[in-house]
Amino acid sequence: MQFLGIFYYWVFAILLMIGFYAVVAKINLVKKLIGLSIFQSAVFLLYLTMGKVTGGTAPIYQDDVVGQLFSNPLPQVLILTAIVVGISTTALGLGIVVRIKEEYGSIEELDIQEIDQR
Amino acid sequence: MTVIFGVFLLTLLVITAVAIVRTQNLFVAVMLLGIFSLLIAANFFIIDAADVALTEAAVGAGISTVLFLGALALTYEHERVVTKHRALSVAVVVCATLVVLYATFDKPTFGDPNAPVHQHVAPWYLENEPKFIDIPNVVTAILGSFRGYDTLGEVFVVFTAGIGVLFLLSARPGTGGARRPDNSKSSGIGLQHDLIPRIVGRSLIPFILLFGLYVQFHGEYGPGGGFQAGALIAAAFILYALVEGEQRTLEVLPKNALIALTSAGALLYGGVGLAGILLGSEFLDYSVLATNPVTGQQMGIILIEAGVGMTVTGVLLLIFHAFAARDQV
Repeated sequence: MQFLGIFYYWVFAILLMIGFYAVVAKINLVKKLIGLSIFQSAVFLLYLTMGKVTGGTAPIYQDDVVGQLFSNPLPQVLILTAIVVGISTTALGLGIVVRIKEEYGSIEELDIQEIDQR
Repeated sequence: MTVIFGVFLLTLLVITAVAIVRTQNLFVAVMLLGIFSLLIAANFFIIDAADVALTEAAVGAGISTVLFLGALALTYEHERVVTKHRALSVAVVVCATLVVLYATFDKPTFGDPNAPVHQHVAPWYLENEPKFIDIPNVVTAILGSFRGYDTLGEVFVVFTAGIGVLFLLSARPGTGGARRPDNSKSSGIGLQHDLIPRIVGRSLIPFILLFGLYVQFHGEYGPGGGFQAGALIAAAFILYALVEGEQRTLEVLPKNALIALTSAGALLYGGVGLAGILLGSEFLDYSVLATNPVTGQQMGIILIEAGVGMTVTGVLLLIFHAFAARDQV
């Protein structure tokens, strides 16, 4: 369990940085949004990892069982709503990308900067 | 066993993420992102977050993929590779990675019941939920009642994002990018000439809808609730649009009905909150909705979950139609 814990945190760090790399290094706007989604998923993973209790189960009471040990429900609530908000904001970003494509004819950052400087 | 599963799924997750960033074909990247979502949903399930896993599977693997593909259809699929600042980016990312990895050593042990995160309000919620609300699913209870303000805020963020997409994509721009005329041949064909996807898709739709309604109304007893149900029901209609064409979907559920549904959901949530004030208590206090406070809480949660479901369904479908109705320049 100890090893898995460190592993979860490291995977969080690596995923976070893979997403970050896509955001800073890629010039394609759709690719940047994909990177942002990965970044976001990494944060979700961190929250839920922290909420886990060894030997616990999903926080749902069962009728005939007493003294159940639950994982922390609070991070789950926060992340549940964050996922749906995440897709809505991603959709907004994609909408902006589509409008940029229509106005500039490109979704590569360098092209857009070049057109703006003319 | 859990350790092996966990390590396996997490490793796959990292491999998928690397593949997403490395591929130059955006279509491939979007498909891999769907797989990534499904893998991370399985991971969430392993660490006891059943509700979150359901949401991620419905939203991330389903709807997000469709929206990205919609955007790709309006732009293009191949990204241009520029190596200008790559060394600098890699250096920055490596430094940041080392900082984050260093920070992980200070984190509490995985699964430790004495970690700070388990000491604050969470034990109080777990202990008192049966007394105040008495529904089996604690996540739904916190989402709907204890943290009703948060959820109200999130619903309005979703609502606002929907309005934003409508503003961006419904307008008729000055140069190029006109909306497709309604009588155009290309709209509304869907997959009508592909027999197998059409038959399979059509026979799946009623079951997806039924499952969506089950998740909506069973959210108090098992994993589920308005957010998940909204995503599932929207997915059913999006599948119908993919199979039968967008036009026929709009005949079944017109755009005005969607706008009404979205607003009605948000208003229902706010209205339940106001009803609390009118009945002599505080905003979003459901205890006064019935003579028995516990019944009142349960009524309130069912009502606001219905509101959440309506808004999420409406917004996701409006966003989908906004992308689908636009013609490529």
